[in-house]
Amino acid sequence: MQPLFLNHSAVASSAGIGLDSTVDALAEMRSGLAPCGFETVALDTFVGQIADSLLVPVRDDLIEFDCRNNRIAQLCLRQDGFEQAVAGAREKYGAARIGVFMGTSTSGILETELAYRRRDASGALPMDFRYGTTHNTYSVAWFVQTYFGLTGPSMAISTACSSSAKAFGSASRMIAAGLCDAAVIGGVDSLCLTTLYGFGSLGLLSPVGCRPFDADRDGISIGEGAGMVLLEKTAHGGSADSIALLGVGESSDAYHMSTPHPEGLGARMAMEQALMSAGLQPSGVDYINLHGTGTRSNDATEDKAVCAVFGNDTPCSSTKGWTGHTLGACGAIDAIICALAIERGFMPGSVNTRAVEPAFGLRYLLDNRNQAPAIAMSNAFGFGGTNCSLLIGRVQA
Amino acid sequence: MKLLVESVAILAPGLTGWADGRAILAGEKTYEASPLAPPVADLLPAVERRRTGSMVKLALAVGHQALASAGRPVDSVATVFVSSGGDGDVINDICATLAGSDRQVSPTRFHNSVHNAPSGYWGIATHSHHPSTSLCGYDWSFAIGLMEAAAQVQVDRQEVLLIAYDAPYPEPIGGVRRVVEPFGAALLFTRDRSDRTMAELEVKMDARPQEISRMNDVALERLRNGNPCARALPLLAALAGAQRKQVTLERDAGQTLSVCVRTF
Repeated sequence: MQPLFLNHSAVASSAGIGLDSTVDALAEMRSGLAPCGFETVALDTFVGQIADSLLVPVRDDLIEFDCRNNRIAQLCLRQDGFEQAVAGAREKYGAARIGVFMGTSTSGILETELAYRRRDASGALPMDFRYGTTHNTYSVAWFVQTYFGLTGPSMAISTACSSSAKAFGSASRMIAAGLCDAAVIGGVDSLCLTTLYGFGSLGLLSPVGCRPFDADRDGISIGEGAGMVLLEKTAHGGSADSIALLGVGESSDAYHMSTPHPEGLGARMAMEQALMSAGLQPSGVDYINLHGTGTRSNDATEDKAVCAVFGNDTPCSSTKGWTGHTLGACGAIDAIICALAIERGFMPGSVNTRAVEPAFGLRYLLDNRNQAPAIAMSNAFGFGGTNCSLLIGRVQA
Repeated sequence: MKLLVESVAILAPGLTGWADGRAILAGEKTYEASPLAPPVADLLPAVERRRTGSMVKLALAVGHQALASAGRPVDSVATVFVSSGGDGDVINDICATLAGSDRQVSPTRFHNSVHNAPSGYWGIATHSHHPSTSLCGYDWSFAIGLMEAAAQVQVDRQEVLLIAYDAPYPEPIGGVRRVVEPFGAALLFTRDRSDRTMAELEVKMDARPQEISRMNDVALERLRNGNPCARALPLLAALAGAQRKQVTLERDAGQTLSVCVRTF
């Protein structure tokens, strides 16, 4: 594929609000995870929660979209000069030439969960409950599109935990097909009872905070957050080199709804497709940001898949120990972490992980490294056997 | 964007399959909105079939129908699934459970709650490792799915199966989100012409919103208006006819998408 430039990005998660604070948290090995005190949830687990005080109501004119998920989206849009960058792009390309591609898994379902507690005697939901602009999966894409007054194509991609990685795929195709010149790509997910109790029922929640690739790893920690990227055909500011999306690979496990293929077949295919789409050999990749959720099965199968494609030498790590597993948002957040690693010259290690599973073959980084990757891969896999790998790297503009 | 249509499938009240549906949509037969029998997802192994609800079955059945009529192996195409909001039965069950005192969510219910559940079951049923995406565009879902499928065909894939499906929500969520009847449609798009190619589409985003196409038949118009994925009906009606036709679909942001349909 033709490289597309990640000219601006913004991030908000429990690990950090904004790019600088995220980089600081990474450098200082400061995890955003804490024992779960969310809402009325009574589960023995850790979560990556954004402080409620930061989640201010959405802009007055968009108040019908107000819900935790869109508040997180707005918090992210307001970081790192992102809002101004999109306004500039709107000026440059026109509102109709900018697409919106938002990945989310559960969108604003928390609103419906809470509304069900307020059903009246006849069982009806309360009059003040708004479904379409809050809970509906499209809500966050609709919100972002309306926030910026854009009229290019917009969609929510909802493929569980690969959602916002796949948003890069949809956006890059629409740009290549000429439907838009630039794209606001994002991933947004927020804490809710469905995912907390749902993953709890599957026995996949770690009681102590996730430890990706650890011999003693015992599950995920659910996080919330958002990552936003302005993707364009041309690099901005005439800089000599810029960071671009180089390749996207997508595949299906065709195996099981909630368990990855035991040999990591789909994961391998996604990584190989990404390499092919970028025209790169495995040796051209300097760092892999793993999906690395911290479940027994994800990490074991991802290890097999990475070793099959890359051998044992490519430095890898999962940053879920910092952010928690932000589900539909992790594809965008992890892609931004890859871009930060390239731009600011480091490779993240792994917070919380103490001793890497001895049976694993990949080269897992426990400590941060002051070494700049030129090209990084980001993996995102999800329920339903959906897999997506992105390649991000420095290119001469 | 130009793309070719190799097959069409439809499952809705009174529209059970393209052979019959085509005749009705072409105006050769009268439309009668008889209830849709529960679709059978015979692609799925029995054990998995028991875990799925009617919406997953609707999506799988209509997708299978489209590939069968094109004579394509089920594992041979990339897929784009689109629905305006996912499985209402599952969401209702989970939200009701979470509002109660015992918040024990069933693991199967939980994994069925993801928007891409039909895509996941499609993979299990077909053993296809091809990419599959699952999109949502609220009331404009069909147009968004069509744009994604068209971009895929245009940019990087030979064959893409678009599967659009929506079904009524149970109460109480049905009280705030009205979908009148179940509706599923599937279109197999290709880039290269084959013996089975039935039409060529040219999809473009209108610079200014145009008047959207509606159905002449009152009952079909009620279906089109009452189910977001049934907004596909004017396009399907154009595919059922013999003449060159222009169809306008509403997309997001109050904009429209025009599709020029040339049947062969």
